[in-house]
Amino acid sequence: MGEIERRATSALEEQQRVWEYSTAPESTEIVRLQDRYGLFLGGRFVEPKSGRYFVTINPATEEPLAEVAEAGEEDVDLAARTAREAWEEHWRDLPGKERAKYLYRIARALQERSREFAVLETMNNGKPIKESRDVDVPLAAAHFFYYAGWADKLEYAFPGRIPRPLGVAAQITPWNFPLLMCAWKLAPALATGNTAILKPASTTPLTALLLAEVIEQAELPPGVVNVIPGPGGRTGGWLAAHADIAKIAFTGSTEIGKVLRRNVAGTGKRLTLELGGKAANIVFEDAALDQAIEGIINGIFFNQGEVCCAGSRLFVQESVFEPLVDKLKARLDTLRVGDPLDKNTDVGAINSRDQLDKIEELVQSGIEEGAEIYQPECSLPERGFWFRPTLFTNVAQSHRIAREEIFGPVLSILTFRTPQEAVEKANNTEYGLSAGIWTEKGSRILWMADRMKAGVIWANTFNRFDPASPFGGYKESGFGREGGRHGLEPYLDLDGGNGA
Amino acid sequence: MSGGAGAQGASEREGASVAPATSGRLPVRRTAKLFIAGEFPRSESGRSYEVFSHDGRLLAWAARASRKDLRDAVRAARAAQPGWAGRTAYNRGQILYRVAELMEGRRVQFEAELADAGAPDPARGVEAAIDRWVWYAGWADKIGQVLGGTNPVAGPYFNFTIPEPTGVVGIVAPPDQALLGLVSRLAPAIVSGNTAVVLASEPSPLPAVSLSEVLATSDVPPGVVNLLTGLTDELVPWLAGHMDVSAIDVTGVPEDLLPQVEELAAENVKRVHRGPAVDPFSAVAQSPYEITALMEMKTVWHPMGA
Repeated sequence: MGEIERRATSALEEQQRVWEYSTAPESTEIVRLQDRYGLFLGGRFVEPKSGRYFVTINPATEEPLAEVAEAGEEDVDLAARTAREAWEEHWRDLPGKERAKYLYRIARALQERSREFAVLETMNNGKPIKESRDVDVPLAAAHFFYYAGWADKLEYAFPGRIPRPLGVAAQITPWNFPLLMCAWKLAPALATGNTAILKPASTTPLTALLLAEVIEQAELPPGVVNVIPGPGGRTGGWLAAHADIAKIAFTGSTEIGKVLRRNVAGTGKRLTLELGGKAANIVFEDAALDQAIEGIINGIFFNQGEVCCAGSRLFVQESVFEPLVDKLKARLDTLRVGDPLDKNTDVGAINSRDQLDKIEELVQSGIEEGAEIYQPECSLPERGFWFRPTLFTNVAQSHRIAREEIFGPVLSILTFRTPQEAVEKANNTEYGLSAGIWTEKGSRILWMADRMKAGVIWANTFNRFDPASPFGGYKESGFGREGGRHGLEPYLDLDGGNGA
Repeated sequence: MSGGAGAQGASEREGASVAPATSGRLPVRRTAKLFIAGEFPRSESGRSYEVFSHDGRLLAWAARASRKDLRDAVRAARAAQPGWAGRTAYNRGQILYRVAELMEGRRVQFEAELADAGAPDPARGVEAAIDRWVWYAGWADKIGQVLGGTNPVAGPYFNFTIPEPTGVVGIVAPPDQALLGLVSRLAPAIVSGNTAVVLASEPSPLPAVSLSEVLATSDVPPGVVNLLTGLTDELVPWLAGHMDVSAIDVTGVPEDLLPQVEELAAENVKRVHRGPAVDPFSAVAQSPYEITALMEMKTVWHPMGA
C-alpha cells in the first residue's frame, strides 16, 4: 500500500514539473531549393520580362531561401493572354472526365511529395511542421481530389441550369496558408473548366512554385495554370485590371478586398472575396471546460493566430470566468514556441517583420487602453520574427484589440451573462467569418448557430476544414463560398437554363 | 384619355382610373405616396415629380424621395428583418401567395397602369407578375432543402450548410418593366427572409405604388418592403453607399451608374447582384438562384461521439 501511495505522489510531482523536451527537428534535406525561380507561364518556367527578382526568406531565421521572379506589367499581360488562349484551345471544351483526371493527378502528386511540401511550407511561412504536415498539405491534396470528382458531374450540381465556365480566373492568395489557398482556388476553377493565373503572396511564393512543378509533371496543357509571383499592389493590381480576366478570387485583408472591389467596379468581372475576421468563441457555463480550453487554444494559436477565422474574441459566461481563465493561463504556459521545423513546436514564427510590427502595435494599444495582458515566460529564438502567445482580460467591446483583426497569437477575453447578450456582443462587429459555441445543451447550440452572423459555426470544436464543407463570410468578411458544391458556383455562368 | 371628357388640363390628369367616370361625377384621384414601415408618407422633403403616360398625359405627381426618406426606409427594413426571417418558411410562403391573391383582384387597375406606361401587352404583364409571386411563394420552404444540405466531411463531425437571408436588400427596379420587372426582383429577395428597400421605376412608378398598396394589405409585416419613388440618379448612389444595406440588386441600374454603384458598395462589402439578362417572361427569368444570390450560406460543424 505504502509503495502505491509513494508512486502516486511521485506521479503527481512528475506532472507538476515543467517537462523538458529534446529537440526533434525535421530534416530539410528533402527540399531541393533552387537559387532562382522563374515565372510559371505557358507550361514552363521562364525568365520575367520585368527582369526583376526578389528574395524570399525563412521568417524563423531571416535567412534568404531563394530569389523569385517578380511579374511586371508585361508578364501579367502575357500570362493573361496565355491563359485565355489555353482556355479557348485546350481547356474549355475538354470533356469533364478528362479535366477530372488531371486534377486527380495533381492530388496524387501532392500526396506523393507531401513531406517535401510540408517542409518547404514551414521554411517559407514559419508555421509548425506538425501543422503543415498534418493540415495544410493533406487538405490541399484533398481539395484537388474532391473537386476532381465534380469536373464531370457539373450538370448535377445546379438543378435546372446549364453551367458554363467563365474563362480566365485571376487567383490572389494570402501568405498564411500558401499551398492550401492555392488548392482552394485552383481546384474548383479547373474543375469547372476555367484556366487560372495564380498570384501567390509575395512573402510565401515557394510552395506555389513547387505546385507549378507538380502541374508541369502532371502534363496539364500549357497555359491552363500560370503562377506569377509579385507584390499584391502591383502584380495583383495589374492582374485584376487585365481585360482578359473574367473572374477574380481573392483571399486577404478586408482593406485590400475593398480596394479590389472598387477597382473592378463596372467591369462585369465576377468577384469573390474571402477577407478578415474577428471570430467570437463563446463558452457557456455548462460547457465541457477542458475540451473548451483545447478548442480555445486551437482557435487562436493555430498557425500563430494568422488565420482569418481565428477565434480571437473569447466570450466567457461570467459564472465560469475565473476557472476558465486559470485553466487557460496554465495551458498557455505549456505551449512550445520556437523552431517551426521542430516536431514538438506548437507556435512557430510570425510570417514577416511587417506582420510582427502590426501585432506589436495592436498589443501595445491593448495595454494602453487598459486591458490586462498575460504572456507565458518562454524563451524565444534570437533571430526571426516571434511573438509570445498572449491573452488579454479586462477587455471592453470598444478596445481596438476587441474590434480589429490582429492576425497573431493574441486572444481578447470578454464576458457575458445571458445567451442573448452573447449573441449581441458576438455579432457586434463588421466581420462575420466564423464563430465558436461551447455548451453541452443541444437546443442552445442550434439557437446560437441560428443567430450568429457568420459563415462557419463550430460547435464544441473549432478550426475544422474540409473540401466538402463550404467556407466563407458574412458582412465585411467577404462574399462567395469556397469548398463543397457551393464552391463551384463562383466559377460558373448559370444564366443558361433548361427551364426551371 | 381615360374619363374622356373635356379639354381642361385638369381632366387630363385623371390617368388610369379604376373605372371610367360616369357622366357628371368627378373621379377621386389617388395621391401616389411612398411606402415606409407599413405607412404611406409623402416625402419629408415635400418634393414630388410629374409622371407622364407613354403618350405624354400627366398621370400623377409621385413623391420624390429624399436621402432622409431613404434612411428611414433602411431603418424600417433593418428593424423588420429579424422578425420576418424568424417567421417559419411556411408562413412567409403563405404571405407571398396572399400578395398574388390580392393582385389578382386588382388586375384591371394594374393593366390600366401598365397601358399608361406603354407596356405592349399589359394583361400578360400583370398575369406574369401574379404568377411570379405564386412561383416564388412555393420556394420559401424548399430552397434550403434544394440548395443547402449536409456535407460528408472526412472526420467524425456532423456538418451541414443552410442558406440564410443576407439582411436588408436594396432593389433598383428595372425602369422599363414597371411591374413584372419589379416583382421579379422583389419576390426572390424577400421570400428567404430579407427585407427590402425598393426604388421604383422612375418613369413609371405608379404600378409600384399600387403594388405597395397591395403589400400593405397582404399580411406582409410593416417594414419588410419599403418602396420609394423618385429620381434614380439621385437615389441610387445613396442606396449603394448606405452602410446598413447588406446587398443591392442592380438589375435596374443604368449602365453609366453601375461603376459608381459598385464602388460605393465596396465600403461595407455589399453583395452586388444583377439578375439574368433574359426576357422577363421566359422560364429562366425565374430561378432559385435569384433567391440564393441574396442569401448567405452558413455551415455548422458539430462533433459526433457517444
